[in-house]
Amino acid sequence: MGFKHKDILGLQDLSGEEIYLLLNTAENMKEINSREIKKVPTLRGKTIVNLFFEPSTRTRTSFELAAKRLSADTINISASTSAVQKGETLSDTARNILAMKPDIIVMRHSISGAHHYLAKRVSCSIVNAGDGAHEHPSQALLDMLTMRERFGRLAGLKVAIVGDITHSRVARSNICGLTKVGAKIYLAGPPTMIPQGVERLGAVTVCKTIQEALDGADVVMMLRIQLERQGKTLMPTLREYSRYFGLNRDLLGLASPDVMVMHPGPMNRGVEISSDVADGPNSYILQQVENGVAVRMSMLYHVSGGELPTE
Amino acid sequence: MNRDGTIILDGAGIKRALTRIAHEILENNKGIKDLVLVGIRTGGIYLADELVKILEEIEGETVTVGSVDITLYRDDFKGHAAHMPVGRTDIPFSVEGKNVVLVDDVLFTGRTIRAAMDALMDYGRPRTVQLAVLIDRGHRELPIRADFVGRNVPTSLKENILVRFDSGNHPVEVVLQKS
Amino acid sequence: MNILIKGGRVIDPSQQIDAILDILIVDGKIREHGTGLQAGKDCEVIDAGGMLVTPGLVDMHVHLRDPGQEYKEDIVTGARAAVAGGFTSIACMPNTSPVNDNKAVTTYIINKAKMQGLVNVFPVGSITEGGKGENLAEMGELKESGCVAVSDDGRPVANSELMRRALEYAKGMEIMLISHSEDLALVGEGVMNEGFTSTELGLKGISRVAEDAAVARDVYLAEFTDSPIHIAHVSSRGSVRIIRDAKTRGVKVTCETAPHYFSITDDAVRGYDTNARMNPPLREAADVEAVKAGLKDGTIDAIATDHAPHHLDEKDLEFNLALNGIIGLETSLALSLSLLRDGVLNAKQLVEKMSFNPSNILSLDRGTLQIGAVADVTIIDPIADWVVREEELCSKSKNSPFIGAKMKGRALYTIVSGKVVYRRQAV
Repeated sequence: MGFKHKDILGLQDLSGEEIYLLLNTAENMKEINSREIKKVPTLRGKTIVNLFFEPSTRTRTSFELAAKRLSADTINISASTSAVQKGETLSDTARNILAMKPDIIVMRHSISGAHHYLAKRVSCSIVNAGDGAHEHPSQALLDMLTMRERFGRLAGLKVAIVGDITHSRVARSNICGLTKVGAKIYLAGPPTMIPQGVERLGAVTVCKTIQEALDGADVVMMLRIQLERQGKTLMPTLREYSRYFGLNRDLLGLASPDVMVMHPGPMNRGVEISSDVADGPNSYILQQVENGVAVRMSMLYHVSGGELPTE
Repeated sequence: MNRDGTIILDGAGIKRALTRIAHEILENNKGIKDLVLVGIRTGGIYLADELVKILEEIEGETVTVGSVDITLYRDDFKGHAAHMPVGRTDIPFSVEGKNVVLVDDVLFTGRTIRAAMDALMDYGRPRTVQLAVLIDRGHRELPIRADFVGRNVPTSLKENILVRFDSGNHPVEVVLQKS
Repeated sequence: MNILIKGGRVIDPSQQIDAILDILIVDGKIREHGTGLQAGKDCEVIDAGGMLVTPGLVDMHVHLRDPGQEYKEDIVTGARAAVAGGFTSIACMPNTSPVNDNKAVTTYIINKAKMQGLVNVFPVGSITEGGKGENLAEMGELKESGCVAVSDDGRPVANSELMRRALEYAKGMEIMLISHSEDLALVGEGVMNEGFTSTELGLKGISRVAEDAAVARDVYLAEFTDSPIHIAHVSSRGSVRIIRDAKTRGVKVTCETAPHYFSITDDAVRGYDTNARMNPPLREAADVEAVKAGLKDGTIDAIATDHAPHHLDEKDLEFNLALNGIIGLETSLALSLSLLRDGVLNAKQLVEKMSFNPSNILSLDRGTLQIGAVADVTIIDPIADWVVREEELCSKSKNSPFIGAKMKGRALYTIVSGKVVYRRQAV
């Protein structure tokens, strides 16, 4: 089976088979990252533009490294959304970039659906590095790769996701992706952070408390609490949030003994996760980062096309 | 396509050809010191395993074997279309200063071998790289030749050569198919 | 020139008529109805066999963008779109630039409308100065200058005390107050209906209660002050219920909905189509059903388009940055006719909602085919199949979620004051 999409806008658009294909390729690409010469010539001569409308060191460098390991030429453009509001539209910015004849644009944008907008208007591939509160497919894929490495499977896993689900693109992509490969998702957070109809998004159970979500969980994924976003009306204080929805070692005892603790980063230690858990034996946070490069190599490889002649 | 075709080599024939190749490899490299085999995914891997068995029988020592997936080194990507899965490359040893015998089932245009050599070079600098194939069917597009050949089979471009393996990945027969 | 409309199905709720009749128009007035009427000299005969003949359609909620935003629409292009959609009268909202909060702007609109000579344009003045929601506008003078209602449409009157006084004052001036009922704090930064679809798309939602709470406030204020109020663009199940209950209690409340609220749901936003972005937002299936039920039982009095033209540059954007609103004048009739086919409304009710009721709410001398009345007439082919094509739209802006959609039924003739201002060319 091949990969038939021009773009990767989100896991909503992919089938379970396609998700497995991306994960299998990523798994085999991890080997490249352990070689002395960490480079293959696959995308030689291709140009990849990293177009970031939101600051993100982590995701951008991971995509950049992935592109370079596949021998693509990369250009990084950081456009602030405020510049866009000053007059230049996304389609103007994109037109300027298209003059550089890129093969792939890896984009992060603060507005949900910005990638869909762009993908309809350009012929090159668009890879979503995060759009608003919509999707962050590379993060979910690397989470899934990390889980599969640990458990050898994804189907049947019990995954707890705790935090501000409403504003989390990581949660949305994980819910879509994990559902398609047969995992079960348990969400917890204050009701102000649980969006309407989220149980219809996939194999989702909404839990009242973090304790309920953690019960027997194979994976616990803690979301970053952003004070600038949630501070307004969604919770009283970080202190109270931490008290009711923060993960600590005692609570972790409710989960399966083999539980994996994950966090898309950057972490607020002492808020959504305590340091003893973040740095503890169940933490897979650094493995997530390592798998990020392999997953992004897989995504770039699969959208970059290339019809193989049948032999 | 005719699924059956003409059998040009049966199991016994393959075994004889591989045994001869094994002896030639030993002769060429004066034994198995510094010798490693690398099979090209997927048929070449199975044949490399067969060769290793024969070599070990003859020499009474273990022979190092690895595998290479050449998907990421291919030169025939074009357009936006389906993309094939990437297989695993498994070379858990140093190739530095080694005599490496690449093993493939059928030698055709030579492009696979070119890709496999490029892949190999990314793992280090072997002393020599040699090529062993079960079938050489001609039609080279690159200046590449095999050092060890099971059988030369002149073919037309419309024909296809298929090496069949059983469920245990042992070679069963070689078939010439006409399209 | 006189007109004889022969053999059409005449539907006139003002006279309880639903019959095959001829109608004779002489000197811009309805002269006679009956059977076997004969055309005199200098009389155009229109064969209306198989057609619906109705009092001219009235759209009480249109944004003409003139003065100030003529790049979106102007009175002339808006008028062309109106008559192509079968409308003989339209009421235009005051959120122009400058805002229609004074005689000068009202007079400008009325004069420019006279010059185009196609459709009757009835200006709506603003409730507050500049539509800012701070001080009352001069409603007395607005009425005298020709405004048929006041509204701050586009924004609610957020201050409840001001809204109370506005209702009292408008009542005193005998001018209808049209409320854009919305709780802005509840709307927040929302860009579409809050529900499963907004959750899936990761777009900030606008909850139904943002509309419901504001409608409830406005209905209670109207009840308390014993003033008439008209609620614009009702879209939620909650507001339908609140208005139904209020009507039962005898509150002087009327309301309208727009065709998109009974035709499509927030599913249309999928793919981040900015032409599915408007305010109030497209709701869910249960709301569509509630709106239909409200139309059927009379809770909702009128169908109005909320025709809101925007330039391509204001719509061809990321979803969050696009402006709210869609055009509707040229698709309203076809979408509303589907209510007839689906048995939601009968023909008389449909004509009430699209002509008679809005005319009454705004105290216009229209919406009737009574003898002696101004001859505003729409002749409708109820079964014509057509496709909405961008290049065929008369409106200057093309922001419609229905482009490419198959429609059934359209206006064949639009007659204003006895003059054919629009006739559909045979293809």
